[in-house]
Amino acid sequence: MHAEAGLLTPDVLTPDVLTPDILVIGAGPAGLTAALTAAQGGRAVLLADLNPGPGGQLWRGLKADHTEAAPTPGGELLAQVQAQPGIQTLYGAQLVLVEHTHQGRVAQFSTPQGACRVLAHKVILATGSSERFLPFPGWTLSGVVGAGGLQAMVKGGLDVSGARVVVAGSGPLLLAVAAGLVDHGARVLAVAEQAGLPALAAFAVAASRSGGRFGGKAGEAATLAWKLRGVPYLPATSPVRAEGGSGERLDRVLLRTGKAQFSLRCDWLAAGFGLVPDTRAAALFGCDLSQTGEVQVSAWQATSVQGVYAAGELTGVGGADKARLEGFVAACAATGQVGRLREVPQQAARSRHFQVALGRSFALRPHLAALAGPDTIVCRCEDVPHADLQGCSSWTEAKLHTRCGMGPCQGRVCGPAAETLYGWTFTGVRPPLAPVPIAELLTGSPSPASPLSFQESP
Amino acid sequence: MRETRTPDIGITVSGQPVRIPEGVTVLAALYAAGRLITRRSLSGEARAPLCGMGSCYECRVLVNGAVKRSCLTLAQPGMEVTLMTELSGTQVEDAR
Repeated sequence: MHAEAGLLTPDVLTPDVLTPDILVIGAGPAGLTAALTAAQGGRAVLLADLNPGPGGQLWRGLKADHTEAAPTPGGELLAQVQAQPGIQTLYGAQLVLVEHTHQGRVAQFSTPQGACRVLAHKVILATGSSERFLPFPGWTLSGVVGAGGLQAMVKGGLDVSGARVVVAGSGPLLLAVAAGLVDHGARVLAVAEQAGLPALAAFAVAASRSGGRFGGKAGEAATLAWKLRGVPYLPATSPVRAEGGSGERLDRVLLRTGKAQFSLRCDWLAAGFGLVPDTRAAALFGCDLSQTGEVQVSAWQATSVQGVYAAGELTGVGGADKARLEGFVAACAATGQVGRLREVPQQAARSRHFQVALGRSFALRPHLAALAGPDTIVCRCEDVPHADLQGCSSWTEAKLHTRCGMGPCQGRVCGPAAETLYGWTFTGVRPPLAPVPIAELLTGSPSPASPLSFQESP
Repeated sequence: MRETRTPDIGITVSGQPVRIPEGVTVLAALYAAGRLITRRSLSGEARAPLCGMGSCYECRVLVNGAVKRSCLTLAQPGMEVTLMTELSGTQVEDAR
């Protein structure tokens, strides 16, 4: 790839180290846009993603679309990426750790082919967001899944035809999930949204004004409404309890609207309470986060760390248009393509307006923190119940006293839940980011100066 | 809108042969095989996949002897998948 070999000495630049000009982590809307934009500027790009293929969560299972009349936005972008020289892709790649060597940052990935090390002076993080789960009695039953979670499973080939599904939680994602499930033959019994009707109406108005280069929200809303005709949309409604039947499997869900409760028998309860910026990779690179948990960026998407940029949901959840815009800006900034940035400010203002409306309309209501009972498991990996955590004052104390967040998921599920339940700030992202075979860690042969720690500490 | 796929590859799930369409995840294959429980929690409760996108680790299984998140792993012909529920106590500890 691009030769910057003068800077490198053999101890880091071994044959197994890739040296692209730009490393893009995440191949969703932001990452694909960033990779394309950087490569158009003549740079060698390595595009890495945890998933087996491109698309991220929103465009999971993305295929290139070469139709000229009305291509899908994601499919058209992927077709451009595939046709663009200078982009190398690395799928199934889990970022494990980042070494800070005297030659620069070396990111180590665990891939199906083994360990892969990448030295890049410019990095664009586009790691997206993940779903927030909130514990309620019965949420550990088989059949209770995330809302985006069930959508992802179906895109991965799970058969839901004829299955009865209740979609619950919060955010515009619930509607997209429900429509996708209907497409795949599921019977969606209800969509239960915790936010009240006034908040939702305000959001609808804001969304209708947020058109832009990548397509407005009004058309999307009309399509969703058509697909979901006949599916009850229940505002101010939350799951109270999931109950199991035979075979330790979900049988029914009890829902509440105000003081009224009712139960629905179902095969799946798809419950997600909004999206949380995925900032673990950013934490490994040392990027500063805001108090609300997003990666802090400048107007040019630069993080607090020199040479590291962030684009998309990890800088604030705002959807695909915002992500693509930020991916474009980050890549222009990282590659010095200043002239291409002329159109940006107006678009940015519109997408930010949408992001603010999103946050305000779907703010989680306080009663959701009271859904968990004393025995309800909050940390699924270590079986830590709500009662054990209520006595703790911080995430660190909880880890020390209860092992909360110290299992395989490393707080990916219980961390955001604890933020909502107890008001704690999630801290303590440490390498390795995922459990990996010890042999892979050893092949990295880190230099003595690099601060590597595989030990779990609070 | 529904895609109809033809079953065309074979894997085993805890020794049981399963035919599944090409391009689906190991997670989808588990459900196709009727395996709705992926592991037991520390206190013995049944657990099953939650997030579908690599965060929760509830769907982890052994694929050809190595721990993998089934939601992130595409099924390949001849794969041998073993559920955590089929391992002995010390094996489960090793595979955590």
